[in-house]
Amino acid sequence: MSEPAHHPHDDTAPGDDHEVDVAAGVRGYLIGLAIAALLTVASFWAVGTHLIWGPGVGVALAVLAIAQMGVHLVFFLHITTGPDNTNNTLALAFGVLIVALVVGGSLWIMANLNHNMLPMPQMTDLHTQR
Amino acid sequence: MTATAPADARHPGHDPHVLGRHGGGHPPPAPGSDGGPASKRIIVGYGFWLFLLSDIIMFSAIFAAYAVLQGATAGGPDGRRLFSLSNAAIETGCLLLSSFTCGLASIAATAKNQLWTQIALLVTGLLGFAFLSLELHEFADMVAKGAGPQRSAFLSAFFALVGCHGLHVSVGLLWLGTMMAQFYAKGFRADILRRMLCFSLFWHALDIIWVAILTIVYLMGAGR
Amino acid sequence: MLGKLTWAAIPLDQPIPMAASALMIVAILGLLAWVFLKGYFPYLWKEWITSVDHKRIGVMYVLLACVMLLRGFTDAIMMRSQLALATAGAPGYLPPEHYDQVFSAHGTIMIFFVAMTFMIGLMNFVVPLQLGVRDVAFPTLNSVSFWLTASGVLLVNMSLVVGEFARTGWLAYPPLSELKFSPGVGVDYYLWALQISGVGTLLSGVNLATTILKMRTKGMTYTRMPIFCWTALASNLLIIAAFPILTATFAMLLLDRYLGFHFFTNEAGGNPMMYINLIWAWGHPEVYILILPAFGVFSEVISTFSGKPLFGYRSMIAATMVICLLSFVVWLHHFFTMGAGADVNGFFGVMTMIIAVPTGVKVFNWLFTLYGGRVRFTTPLLWSLAFMVTFVIGGMTGVLMAVPPADFVLHNSLFLVAHFHNVVIGGVLFGAFAGYTYWFPKAFGFTLDETLGKWACGCWVAGFYVAFMPLYALGLMGMTRRMQHTDNPDWTPMLLLAGVGALIILCGIGFQIAQLVVSIRTRDRRRDLYGDPWDGRSLEWATSSPPPSFNFAVMPDVEGEEAYWGVKQKAIQNQTLVDEPDYQPIEMPKNNPTGVVTAFFATVMGFAMIWHIWWMVILGAVGAFATFVVFAWRDVTEDEIPVEEVARIDRERRRTRLEALPTLRRPA
Repeated sequence: MSEPAHHPHDDTAPGDDHEVDVAAGVRGYLIGLAIAALLTVASFWAVGTHLIWGPGVGVALAVLAIAQMGVHLVFFLHITTGPDNTNNTLALAFGVLIVALVVGGSLWIMANLNHNMLPMPQMTDLHTQR
Repeated sequence: MTATAPADARHPGHDPHVLGRHGGGHPPPAPGSDGGPASKRIIVGYGFWLFLLSDIIMFSAIFAAYAVLQGATAGGPDGRRLFSLSNAAIETGCLLLSSFTCGLASIAATAKNQLWTQIALLVTGLLGFAFLSLELHEFADMVAKGAGPQRSAFLSAFFALVGCHGLHVSVGLLWLGTMMAQFYAKGFRADILRRMLCFSLFWHALDIIWVAILTIVYLMGAGR
Repeated sequence: MLGKLTWAAIPLDQPIPMAASALMIVAILGLLAWVFLKGYFPYLWKEWITSVDHKRIGVMYVLLACVMLLRGFTDAIMMRSQLALATAGAPGYLPPEHYDQVFSAHGTIMIFFVAMTFMIGLMNFVVPLQLGVRDVAFPTLNSVSFWLTASGVLLVNMSLVVGEFARTGWLAYPPLSELKFSPGVGVDYYLWALQISGVGTLLSGVNLATTILKMRTKGMTYTRMPIFCWTALASNLLIIAAFPILTATFAMLLLDRYLGFHFFTNEAGGNPMMYINLIWAWGHPEVYILILPAFGVFSEVISTFSGKPLFGYRSMIAATMVICLLSFVVWLHHFFTMGAGADVNGFFGVMTMIIAVPTGVKVFNWLFTLYGGRVRFTTPLLWSLAFMVTFVIGGMTGVLMAVPPADFVLHNSLFLVAHFHNVVIGGVLFGAFAGYTYWFPKAFGFTLDETLGKWACGCWVAGFYVAFMPLYALGLMGMTRRMQHTDNPDWTPMLLLAGVGALIILCGIGFQIAQLVVSIRTRDRRRDLYGDPWDGRSLEWATSSPPPSFNFAVMPDVEGEEAYWGVKQKAIQNQTLVDEPDYQPIEMPKNNPTGVVTAFFATVMGFAMIWHIWWMVILGAVGAFATFVVFAWRDVTEDEIPVEEVARIDRERRRTRLEALPTLRRPA
């Protein structure tokens, strides 16, 4: 009767690439590998070098790590922001939000608690050691 | 009834419970949320993606514990004393390369090339083994030095976090072996290709988690 | 050879666990004997135990929940009677070591194996039917989830017979739950039972979320989904987000106990407060996981029995998703008194109060749905009305405790205990009972007796208030939770009253059991002849009762909100059904034993871990992996239902509907 209407929003499974030939596929992974390797080297360099101000190293490492995760997501996992990937990206965003809440919330709460409560060495003095 | 295109992953939207595997009378409706259920490949891939996100959340709880307990060395050794950055670098190289070869394996599997699929999967597995043995060696060294997980809360958190990742890699290797056997025994059937999709998602995600571990545990812990 | 397991593990010197174990074993053996002697086992194995059909799995979940409700309630009766007796210095009859196990088991069972199981069962049964599809996204995984939950149930109940249960309360706070202070197997039973069933629950979350997001029938956009599916989606997203935290936290406690790690110990830098922080980061979303499906049930029930579409459908969706997100930023209110500063306490206090707002939106929407409708006061609606009053009271006491200074007085008092029972019983349990009564005819083909249902509802509601309102007073009078005996004579009248309330609830449960028995006996009088006993509005009422394995012969094409109502009105108006569809053969996933076998090995591993029988752990792990490989190696995964069979079943359904058409009232 009818032929399948080609919906503009053909969803893609996460991790799937659209029809892509072998050469283009390999090229994508190679580029991803190269950039990721570069970012890794940069991270190791950032730790050892004296060119970055001490307290700034942590921030630099975080930025490089996030960039590398992005490279993985795009080049290896094929998670893009295209309309066919909306559900996949939304799920990722939800996951990232929860991670941020759990890690950030825990750090904030525990720092606050540790600050307000007895310091640990003092507490252990009150109990018999095993 | 019009003949339908051979049902495969590229025709999302048809009822997975209708005789679609061999083609057959019913024209698939338009795909997407108002066109009926998505294709099996999309359903499986998305479901596994959700599972993977939950796994990442589990890691984040252990990360949170690590972050909180980082300073709780109980008079014992801390990261600066213990972590070898060169070892971490080699481990990172192994895992990153294995992600790459896993990608090659995905391409080979989609192209239904048995030889290259097996080779790429084998190399992925060997690199994974290399990673694991380096890590186990590192653990054994630390325990021998008296810096085992029972020494302090910091070390407990370290061993749990890095160990959990290593456990996931081990399970991944078991899965990898099973995939190689399945491809060999049954060829490139649609359901086995779906499993390959899930496996590659899993393997790449493990590398993403390793980036976090490398940065937060090793680089931030051992540096400066 | 057998690790820590010895004959001494059987509590021969303790009469109460021995009596309970004996009762349980006799009941189980009796049931098994009846099943085998009557020859039911082949049928049960083929059609239920190895079933991957979401309807069967849903029924099994609900059945499991009901059975565990009896066990959990027995614990409650024991606690209430002990407290009623052990007042003003009297000792009571339950020694403290035992009492502690009773309240720990009560909480663990009620939350994990009654409330969760009931809600997951209802969602499993209803969601695919409401979405117009044939099953969930991963049917075999669904079976695995159920059986892993059953495995957890089995382990908890085994602790009665062999060993002991945890004495740490339902959340097992360290350092009490650490090896140093709980050297026995009790905490290990608790941890392994919940780790195993937790995996099942997580997989269920992935399954249902994927189903709702990726498998809806043609024409059913997100804003045409029944509201129950929206609340199910929110609940399952929360499961995916929260349960991993539980798994990680329990894993850390297990590492402390088994390998001497120092996450939560008092020594070597461990931090017990971290456990409490993480466990409640799971624990708060958990209660929203429980309540959101119940909200969905009430939306469906109130709409159906008011004869009106749900008021404010879109605002309900918004409220649901807002609750889903906000539930992740309030968890500190469970430990205001642990010592965080005013800024932290204040932030979480304010967020807790804010989360009451979308819930209020929902309550108003329900009220506006009822207003102006032709309300039929059936049992499900009575449960819903009881819920609205009871839950609002419980919610208000919650908002009261959200104020940190107030919480400093009321934390861990009976006021808290009254609050959470108020919202869980008034919300989750009443929702479960409403859903059970509402969808029972769909599952089994006949309705439940209305009169007995109303008596049950009346007893539960009256009993609840008599049992728990005194606890608010006691909390304000200074009584803390988990006390095995009390010394203050002022408390005695309240404790006695609470005991009476528990007995009234017992009558309610008696009525529910009677309702089931009587309804089964007289089912022919209450047959659901064509599948729509309540004049429903969503797609599940378009199927026969019970639906065939494939749910819909042809997946429906949805054209508006309330997928079934419009179609039905048109049929009544024209006094004819739509044309017979073009039938096709249908492939359904084959039943297979992967679920039950996986759970068997999981139980073996859990038991072996508890008793330190290491070779058995390895055996269990190998068995589990082998099961996975066997499942993955299958070549034939589906059965085909021939087109003649599909046509026959659907034609029968159409015949019953055509017969009923003249009797249905024409729309005004």
